[in-house]
Amino acid sequence: MTVEQPPTAQKFRSPTTEAPVVRLLLIGVAVFCMGLFFVLPMAVVFVEAFARGVWPYLANFVDPEVVASIQLTLLVAAITVPLNALFGISAAWAIAKFSFPGKTLLVTLIDLPFSVSPVVAGLIYVLLYGVNGVFGPWLVAHGIGIIFAVPGIVLATIFVTFPFVARELIPLMQEQGVGDEEAALSLGASGLSTFLHTTLPNIRWALLYGVLLCNARAMGEFGAVSVVSGHLRGLTTTMPLQIEMSYNEYNFVGAFATATLLGALALVTLAIKTLLETRYGDEIAGARRV
Amino acid sequence: MNLEIGGLHKDYGKTPALHDVNLSIRSGELIALLGPSGSGKTTLLRIIAGLDFPKSGHVLFGGEDASHKRVQDRNVGFVFQHYALFKHMSVFDNIAFGLRARPRRARPSEAEIAVRVNALLELVQLPDLAKRYPAQLSGGQRQRIAFARAMAVEPRLLLLDEPFGALDAKVRRELRHWLRDLHTRTGHTTVFVTHDQDEALEVADRVVVMNKGKIEQIGAPDEVYDDPVSPFVYEFIGESSRFDVEVFSGKPYFEERPVGLPFNSLQDGPQAIYFRPQDTIVEEPTPGLINGVVRGLRRSGAARRLELAIGANERIVEAEAPDDRHFGVGQRAGLRLKRGGAFALAG
Repeated sequence: MTVEQPPTAQKFRSPTTEAPVVRLLLIGVAVFCMGLFFVLPMAVVFVEAFARGVWPYLANFVDPEVVASIQLTLLVAAITVPLNALFGISAAWAIAKFSFPGKTLLVTLIDLPFSVSPVVAGLIYVLLYGVNGVFGPWLVAHGIGIIFAVPGIVLATIFVTFPFVARELIPLMQEQGVGDEEAALSLGASGLSTFLHTTLPNIRWALLYGVLLCNARAMGEFGAVSVVSGHLRGLTTTMPLQIEMSYNEYNFVGAFATATLLGALALVTLAIKTLLETRYGDEIAGARRV
Repeated sequence: MNLEIGGLHKDYGKTPALHDVNLSIRSGELIALLGPSGSGKTTLLRIIAGLDFPKSGHVLFGGEDASHKRVQDRNVGFVFQHYALFKHMSVFDNIAFGLRARPRRARPSEAEIAVRVNALLELVQLPDLAKRYPAQLSGGQRQRIAFARAMAVEPRLLLLDEPFGALDAKVRRELRHWLRDLHTRTGHTTVFVTHDQDEALEVADRVVVMNKGKIEQIGAPDEVYDDPVSPFVYEFIGESSRFDVEVFSGKPYFEERPVGLPFNSLQDGPQAIYFRPQDTIVEEPTPGLINGVVRGLRRSGAARRLELAIGANERIVEAEAPDDRHFGVGQRAGLRLKRGGAFALAG
């Protein structure tokens, strides 16, 4: 059964809806910009990577330098992400559940890496731990290499990815308050058991989401890592640096082939992120970052 | 278990939250802490639980000093206003939580836990909900599950923080009877916080009225309602009106006219007289009564009330309308008090 609409019904529309022309125009602009700035470049990466066929593409991934860069990137992420998760949970816990002097300062400091250029972040570490840096002579004397070595890359990556997990958790934990924890404690649970059985389950999806973003950034970071790495082939080049080096040597297929890996990582991250958002949106919801 | 609280002081920064609070609760009593927000009632409850700690004073559980014990070691059942059920656990796991959290040697077997949990679900009259999750329950059901969870650990004391505060009026009334009934059956010594006087008067054995961090009055609901010991209790609980008199040589004067009041002796000086509408008789205006003009008539539940404007500044007081005589708006009437409270005014 179709219900007869009164002829005047079409003249009315919701006060927040625009005229069809305006709507079309707005959607068109958005889609065009997305295509121009994101979809097209992404497509170019894949087209260039396969420009000379599948074999040159695959050959890139048996190049020892490329393999080393992939291994290094995975290593850096494997160190950075758990550390940041740990830091993020502690910081969010402290900020959301306690009040202490200097709390506002801590919140501000957590955001610092978002506002500092990654290159500056890298330079800070060079000035501190480089051969001519503050701790340089002591480090040299004890044979510890940080700058132009893997520890420097890890440090720079930690700096850049510092806020990801904490920023995800702070608003959520603030909103949740301490009610569940108090309930668990009053039922006789120990501190650890309270954390494992009430706090962690309450934040698990937001935590996973933060870890995911943190991981994507840790693998993709270029600026800060570039400054501290020294570009030693097969030793201190991560995937983004390897891509740049291949490109500068006119090895376009190699550069874009490695780039497809990072691109695929981005796509997978996006897919998981979207899945998490649709399924656990309420739990993840909190202040979206700048 | 008897509960003894002595000399509690607590402040948040400069604002005092509790000031010299003393209270003793007998085993099996159901006690209401009643007061407006900011009166310190929740702070007192949290201190009893061990979720908060006083600046000074002591809390004795059955004669044993619990002041420095952690909440985990006090063995109290705490029910929160917003339930605080564990969202990711089924109703069964929520109730079993406290038993499973026990150290291994004191922990019952899973079979024993299942028996306990099912018995508690019966007790709170929700036997079919074991497999549900909190999000699938109504507010009233959630709070009853929270009660079951708190009782699972065999607490020595049941502490309820505005247990029905988040529920709508009808469910609140149902749960009041349910709580009274539950208490009769289980006999847990219970302290509950509320700002709802009807709830406190209807459910509790004794009511502790709190204001600004101090206890104003402790007594059975009838005592607190019929014989308030302070202007605050008169104003906070039930309906009351007030007028001021001046006392010379033991005789009260309302605006320079002598009036008869139901008090044996009155201190000289200015006094505030508080009374309840139902403790009045309205008559023809006569010297010696509090005389005024009827300003309104209204219905309040079963009773009919007269609003009288009395004295030069036409203060409005409320009185019970007499059955045998009709007073219309604008008519003059005289007010006689059957009982009331007189409180000396400072200065």
